[in-house]
Amino acid sequence: MNDIVSQKLTELVQNVKERKISSEEITKAFIDRSNKSKTLNSYITENFSAALQKAKKFDEKPNLDLKLPGIPIAVKDLFCTNGVRTTAGSKILNNFTPTYESTVTQNMWNDGAILLGKLNCDEFAMGSSNETSFFGNVQNPIDKDLVPGGSSGGSASALAANITPITIGTDTGGSIRQPASFTGTVGLKPTYGSCSRYGIVAFASSLDQAGPMSKNVKDCALLQEVISTYDSKDSTSIDFKRNNYSSELTKNIKGKKIGIPKEYRVDGMPKEIETLWSKGTQYLKNCGAEIVDISLPHTNYALPAYYIVAPAEASSNLARYDGVKYGFRSNGENLIDMYEKTRSEGFGDEVQRRIMIGTYVLSSGYYDAYYLKAQKVRKLIKNDFDEVYKKVDAILTPSTPSSAFKIGENSNDPVSMYLNDIFTVPVNLAGLPAISIPAGVDDKGNPLGLQIIGKHFDEQNILNIAYAMEEKINFKNKITDWWIK
Amino acid sequence: MTIDLKTIKHISKLSRISVDDAKAKKLEGNLNSIFEFIEKLNQLKTENIEPLTSIAETTLKLRSDEVKSKNIREEILKNSPEKNQDFFVVPKVVE
Repeated sequence: MNDIVSQKLTELVQNVKERKISSEEITKAFIDRSNKSKTLNSYITENFSAALQKAKKFDEKPNLDLKLPGIPIAVKDLFCTNGVRTTAGSKILNNFTPTYESTVTQNMWNDGAILLGKLNCDEFAMGSSNETSFFGNVQNPIDKDLVPGGSSGGSASALAANITPITIGTDTGGSIRQPASFTGTVGLKPTYGSCSRYGIVAFASSLDQAGPMSKNVKDCALLQEVISTYDSKDSTSIDFKRNNYSSELTKNIKGKKIGIPKEYRVDGMPKEIETLWSKGTQYLKNCGAEIVDISLPHTNYALPAYYIVAPAEASSNLARYDGVKYGFRSNGENLIDMYEKTRSEGFGDEVQRRIMIGTYVLSSGYYDAYYLKAQKVRKLIKNDFDEVYKKVDAILTPSTPSSAFKIGENSNDPVSMYLNDIFTVPVNLAGLPAISIPAGVDDKGNPLGLQIIGKHFDEQNILNIAYAMEEKINFKNKITDWWIK
Repeated sequence: MTIDLKTIKHISKLSRISVDDAKAKKLEGNLNSIFEFIEKLNQLKTENIEPLTSIAETTLKLRSDEVKSKNIREEILKNSPEKNQDFFVVPKVVE
């Protein structure tokens, strides 16, 4: 048997079901590994002693019919956890303890999982490097000088470092897929409406989706099966027939039509990405899929539209942080002064920037020029996808325009940071599902991902394609445990 | 278009985020480069395009309006920066 922490989720589940290991042994192993990995800064809040107690309790009367029997899992600190501090990576929520549980995490606990801790992320999920977190940046287990990506950077780092067997992130413009790509892991952004947003700290409500981040496609399918449920507490949750994603997983993708969009071939993209993309295309052909050249003509306008829609929704969602009922408060001379100081001291630079962009584009006289315009462009982007999906079953693209960059490299130039999400953002604007899988390395040996985009509600199809490609790619993450002394 | 310091001050007021002169100056640079990027959208003609207002083309479901949480007043108040008995305390608003 593999050392516990390097086992895949599905292996751990199997071993628990066969009574080969106990929940307590697993939990202890991940806590031990987490304690040795503090330098990565992937946790904001540890839940170790409570997790150990729960594991012992599970072992006393183990329910082996559950899908995640006694499995300890750390989650992004954007999910509200009842009685456990939830910060969203922000000073303004530094001392906030929710009185309720997010539906997605509740689904995990109902299926036997145990909360190991809350993982670092960019403040309110606004960032692509985990550098905007109030709790400091996170290191990429691939290399100490590299960012893990973001906003689910703590999740990606913890997963790649074997601190948690699997995790969940949230993805508004690429926050699951980009960090997965940067750390050599798998990340799925489900169809908008697949996973409930109830209890997730809101960033941009028409784009936010929770999803699994895992070491392989099979684990990803299993967790997606657990977290994706219809929920009346989220008015945009959709009641569609969900598959048993893990048991229906198949490598047979013969006859599937896969589109290759020419607009994703951008200037300045490293040659390795181009090569990897062609290799991926070849693998698909080898699996019996048919490759179709397609065009998504409005791709270039997705990012500018996103930087209107997302900040606009954020400025509205973040209006609730006023220092009155919860969170950080700075004292002021009067009520307005208190609000202004609280928000100025409680939010970091990037969050303030986005609130101000959002406020501006929604302000009197500018709504039509910006917000309405962006909503129309969003329609054009969705129409592009609708059109190509008449001809293809899925789309293959690179996940990111580069591998992980250095800590500090992009932090002074917001626009160059935003460009990281150029391949991931269109998917959120159109509400589609997409998965990033590790596909190879660049000339520095750092992981690169490929993205498979599906039709609405077609998670099973993109999981299957990813599963078939994963076998051909046979990617092995080279992680040396440099942070463990 | 360019965003000047006066506009920055106006947005900061609308956003309820206090901004001093140094911060406003920095924001001016940042926001202008972001808006320059955003304004690429003006290359597109969109007069006859319907705006996308919802991804899910389904009608919203209704549910009964029931209180489901138990009495959690104490726990909710515990999160407040300042309280007095069962009330949140804010600076005086009425003279």
